[in-house]
Amino acid sequence: MADSGLPSHHAEENLRTRLSWFLSGASLITSIPALILMTAHVGFAGFASENGVTLLQATFMVAVIWALPANIVLIGAIAGGYSLFGAAIAVGLSSIRLMPMVAAFVPEMRGSRTRKITLLFLSHFIAVTAWVVGMDRLKHVPRDMRTSYFAGLGITLTLTNTLVVAVVYVLSTDFPPLVFAALFFLTPMYFLTSLWGSARDRSVHVAMVSGLLLFPIIHSIAPAYDLLLTGVAGGIVTMAYVHLAKRSAAR
Amino acid sequence: MTWNSLADWWWPYVFILLGGWLPTDVWRFIGVFVGGRVREDSEALIAVRAVATSLVAGVIAQLILYPSGALAETSIVLRIGAAAAGFVAYLSLGRRVIISVIAGEAVLLCGLLLT
Repeated sequence: MADSGLPSHHAEENLRTRLSWFLSGASLITSIPALILMTAHVGFAGFASENGVTLLQATFMVAVIWALPANIVLIGAIAGGYSLFGAAIAVGLSSIRLMPMVAAFVPEMRGSRTRKITLLFLSHFIAVTAWVVGMDRLKHVPRDMRTSYFAGLGITLTLTNTLVVAVVYVLSTDFPPLVFAALFFLTPMYFLTSLWGSARDRSVHVAMVSGLLLFPIIHSIAPAYDLLLTGVAGGIVTMAYVHLAKRSAAR
Repeated sequence: MTWNSLADWWWPYVFILLGGWLPTDVWRFIGVFVGGRVREDSEALIAVRAVATSLVAGVIAQLILYPSGALAETSIVLRIGAAAAGFVAYLSLGRRVIISVIAGEAVLLCGLLLT
């Protein structure tokens, strides 16, 4: 900084700006996607208690794993009597998808001087909901405030859903199947349109449509690796499209 | 070593950390290193984003086509129809996510109540 006269004043102002972006990210807890994720965790609390996982264990899982599919796989492995190694392999396979998601998210989120340790810490809070919301909103946040904004969003989402699981578990809330069916349908319906709306160029739409269409085909051939292969195959289709579009634009 | 191998209070937490946290966050950490190497607006980033987007689309297809729990009892035609109705409503009624959710849920619930 050229202005070295009032460093502490600057630092204080910077901190205040960061805090306000953090709170702005945290306030997304009242948004539709956050509420939908909470309903998904209502279902998870019931699933955990049905399988003999205690209240404290279930909330611990939500906080340290923070990926609903991985949590469901882990409880399935516990109920199925898997060894620790077998459980880790099953969970690891369901979580590989986080790798390309985080890799695509990091260039959106990092500022000019963001440290790697900050990104490693914040990556823990990236799961499907935070990813979709982040890809949609981060472009409207100043570059150097994005980590603060995402910290507010990610940490608040994780803590709130941990609490939701605890509260629902204690109340052992039971709903008729019709309500559960409607609750479980919220997540795919929301993802479908918010992912579409988050796209800033056509390549994202191509990737999305190829993923939707390829998944059932790949699932019938290789159910164990269906998501991963869908990602790779959809990526190849999209890149072929990007190259064709570029060539026809150059002509 | 399974979930029930040790009776100590701490064993389930170790099981959750080694069987759940480690194999999940390790992929996130690898993602940070991979993402740190791709430059913005580079072709590599478009490719990584395409793979991630197709993967999330696969998750959406999985939740609609092969759901678990109460949704698994419903008809697949109804679920696809409800999702399509929600998406069409989104595209034609001003691109609001909430509209798609309401339309999709309305079709699903009508279908469930009528059958």
